[in-house]
Amino acid sequence: MPNTPDLECRAISKSFDDFKAVKDVSFSVPQGTFFSILGPSGCGKTTLLRMIAGFQKPTGGDLLIKGNSVLEVPPNKRPVSMVFQHLALFPMMNIGANVGFGLRQRGVNKTDIKKQVERVLERVGLGGVADRPVSSLSGGQKQRVAIARCMVLEPDVLLLDEPLGALDLKLREHMKIELKQLQSEFNTTFVYITHDQSEALVMSDQIAVMNHGVFEQVGTAKELYYEPATAFVAGFVGEANRLRATFKSAEGGLLQMVTPEGRALGGVDAGQGLSPGETVEVFVRPEAVRLSRNAADVAQMGNTGQGRVENILFNGANSQLILRDQATGAEMNMALPQTGEFRDLERGAEIAFGWDPQQTRVYRSKGNAHGK
Amino acid sequence: MKSKLILSTVAAMMLSSVAAQADTLRLLTWGGYAPEDVIAKFEEQTGHTVEVTKSNNEEMIAKLRATNGGGFDLAQPSQDRIAGPQAEFGIYKPLDMSKIDTALFIPSMLEATKGNTTVDGEVYAVPHVWGTSGLVVNTAEAGDVKDYTDLCNDSVAGKVSYRLKRPTLIGFAYAMGLDPFAAYGDEAAYKDIIDQVEAKLVECKANVKTYWDGGDELKNLLRSGEVVAAMAWDTGGWQLNDDNADIIFVAPASGALGWIDTFVLPARGRADDAAYDWINFVMQPEIAAMITASAGNFTASKGGDANVDDALKAKYQASFPQEAIDNIKWYPSVPAGLEALEGAALDRINAAN
Amino acid sequence: MANDRAKLTFWLLLAPLMIWLLTLIVLPHLGMFLVSLREKVGVREYETSFANYAVFFNEPLYWNTFARTAYMSVTATALTLFIGFPIAYYIAKLTRGRTKTTLFLMCLIPFWVSELVRTFGWMILLRETGVISNVLQYLGLVGGPVEMLYNDAAIMTGLVYTSMLFMVVPLVTTLDSLDDSLIEAGYDLGASGFAILREIVIPHAMPGIVSGCIVVFMLSLGNYLTPILLGGKDSLWFTGLIYNQFITRFNWELGSAFGFLLLGLSSLIVFVGLKLSRQSLGKTMAQT
Repeated sequence: MPNTPDLECRAISKSFDDFKAVKDVSFSVPQGTFFSILGPSGCGKTTLLRMIAGFQKPTGGDLLIKGNSVLEVPPNKRPVSMVFQHLALFPMMNIGANVGFGLRQRGVNKTDIKKQVERVLERVGLGGVADRPVSSLSGGQKQRVAIARCMVLEPDVLLLDEPLGALDLKLREHMKIELKQLQSEFNTTFVYITHDQSEALVMSDQIAVMNHGVFEQVGTAKELYYEPATAFVAGFVGEANRLRATFKSAEGGLLQMVTPEGRALGGVDAGQGLSPGETVEVFVRPEAVRLSRNAADVAQMGNTGQGRVENILFNGANSQLILRDQATGAEMNMALPQTGEFRDLERGAEIAFGWDPQQTRVYRSKGNAHGK
Repeated sequence: MKSKLILSTVAAMMLSSVAAQADTLRLLTWGGYAPEDVIAKFEEQTGHTVEVTKSNNEEMIAKLRATNGGGFDLAQPSQDRIAGPQAEFGIYKPLDMSKIDTALFIPSMLEATKGNTTVDGEVYAVPHVWGTSGLVVNTAEAGDVKDYTDLCNDSVAGKVSYRLKRPTLIGFAYAMGLDPFAAYGDEAAYKDIIDQVEAKLVECKANVKTYWDGGDELKNLLRSGEVVAAMAWDTGGWQLNDDNADIIFVAPASGALGWIDTFVLPARGRADDAAYDWINFVMQPEIAAMITASAGNFTASKGGDANVDDALKAKYQASFPQEAIDNIKWYPSVPAGLEALEGAALDRINAAN
Repeated sequence: MANDRAKLTFWLLLAPLMIWLLTLIVLPHLGMFLVSLREKVGVREYETSFANYAVFFNEPLYWNTFARTAYMSVTATALTLFIGFPIAYYIAKLTRGRTKTTLFLMCLIPFWVSELVRTFGWMILLRETGVISNVLQYLGLVGGPVEMLYNDAAIMTGLVYTSMLFMVVPLVTTLDSLDDSLIEAGYDLGASGFAILREIVIPHAMPGIVSGCIVVFMLSLGNYLTPILLGGKDSLWFTGLIYNQFITRFNWELGSAFGFLLLGLSSLIVFVGLKLSRQSLGKTMAQT
């Protein structure tokens, strides 16, 4: 079977009365991929997932699993399984019965169920707990049981609905890694929805950024980070400083812009085919900005400025500096390298900064910008 | 406490020149026996206040038994339900006949009641309202029902109702040619009679639509035509006659069963004087007529029937020609213990299929 | 010191409940028990014995009546559960907001009138000259009037109707607490609707089912009006027997013994029911 994707959505859409939750979304997920759908709450990602699971019927488009349309297949017959946000383990059954639930429904005989349940529990690192009640497990263990309960059925696609949301931060960090390991171990296609970009970036092979019912961009974590296709993606994935400017002219692939306050900026077109005179949004990542006490050090970087330190957010390697650009009055957020050089930097200090126009992405302004 | 009592007494004396002392009379009686207008007149004349509790024979005795004869100042059970419960539970107290104006009573009825309710030489009751139970028949549909046992005829199958109470046992016994009252003194003979009646009633059960429990229930059944013949009180029949001329009260061939509701003093009653006042008040002929109008039954008041509405008199005369009156079987006092016998029989009839 | 005070507060707070329990429940039952041990040997002469209890076991009529009452009550309970469960499920799971409140109130409506009026309502519907009979005749479905009153089915209808609320309320409460995602998870894992009902919904609702059943069973067993009025000549009901013993037979001794037997036997049935459903009374009452 040559490259039939495990899951394929063709122009799928869903409307509730007047509200279009999902608008003509198309994508396909190849076998064995960890595919994340990332978006803010209300973007339609949960609706999309529930349509794939079969709990909601699309109002348009088609849905294929391993090449076959499953639109008419009820949820209990679809070869997909779902890990629910709050896991939805059955409290009235012990762990073994929970994991064996799906097999029982298929009419597998008791001894086989017992064997398979034990095997899958061992694979998730929980051998020998089958007879214990669900309530005896920790949060992370419950997570693994929920995955085991789905995986024992060997589904074509495993759907995960923000399953880490209920966990505390430390455990969430740990489970990100574990989930990714489990996915590669089972080699099953995972479709994971989340509003947490770090979860998506860490675990996924492919990420779809969703907003207002449409996919803004589909790509790998790196692509989304370095080459965001839209202003929304640039703002939603990773940190970014956003500046407003007017596009003046293009010189050798570099765009020349000027801010309302009169500062000249250089940047690259994010592929939107801008023409001179347009109002644009300019994005630059905090970590792309170089700081220096000496203005001459950054003078050759293309985009430069002087600022006053407004605040220092110390967070070890992730420390940030917030400063006020003297020319534009805009607040800029930049990474504070912990090399020791800026250790004695204090609020109110004057500092020079600069960044390369190649790391400055320019988008057409939509008037009212979304995201961060 | 005491000064308060004296104070209220003085106040009452000042308010009313007639009554020696104003009391609250707690009256345990039947529906219709103490109509509003009579109470208003009584309160106006004597200064007493009257609190009425409506009940029936069994509940009256059960209530008095629960309180050892307390909670009420005057009760009105039937005359056959006095000697037995008194011997058993001691819930009544003897009457002081000197406080009762015996001239107001029909002498024969007064004497009969006194005789029936004498325990250890003390008189416990005087008569008030009397009436009969017999058959209420829809003549258009069940003209052939002349006696209790006719209720078991095929012609009225499924359209018959009676109560599952002791009057039914007694009535059927007479209709079957037996004499239960004569056997009251002989428990074995009485049991024999009850056994025969039980067999008859079990056999007759298929004919019965339902055993009625309350007067309104029976009236509904007869009015709607679901029941065409029933064992019931005379007043019920007369009231139905107003709505449907075909429905009449029939004194059964074997004799209607006569009952007399009485006045008795509960053992721990507190307002005896008010109770005697009430008795003497309601036995006056014009008051008795008001009660007859309300309850539908005649009273033991001498001349009390003179003022009664002619329509009621006419119905009474239609149901009771002289020979029917002569044939009324008056309930004698029930000896203690017989009711347990009857109760067991009634339970078995109820359980029979 | 503080501990003593806390203890005192505890007992003072508990006191009204204890007094209530003692004076209104324990003492009357104790009195009734003593009465039930009195055997009447003559006029105002009593002896202490178990003769009254012996009467119950020696007279087939009485224990037949009890068995019939218990059997009918169990059937009424089962029917109420059978009808009430879908209603409760609908209210708890398939409706939201105002519809839910409205439906809940509709279950309450019958309780705005007294039991007597409710029962008379059924009599008007079911009697030979009643509404249903007339409608059937009007539609030409039956040739003549039909009597639907005065039989066991009429009693059952009345009992189920009277008890419905007491089944629906605890069921709605427990079903409300069932997370919808558990049902979806069941579907997702391949279960049929019936399997979900059996393996997820019913086990979850078990405390509600059991407490609803206990209440309905006790209400049916102790019902007096409905069997008498709707059952007519076939209205043999154990509470009716007790009433008869107390009121019409003046036999308090036997009545008390019957009362105690009813208490004991109904407790036994509830106990067996709890054992069979593997629920404990404490758990059931705590969850609903």
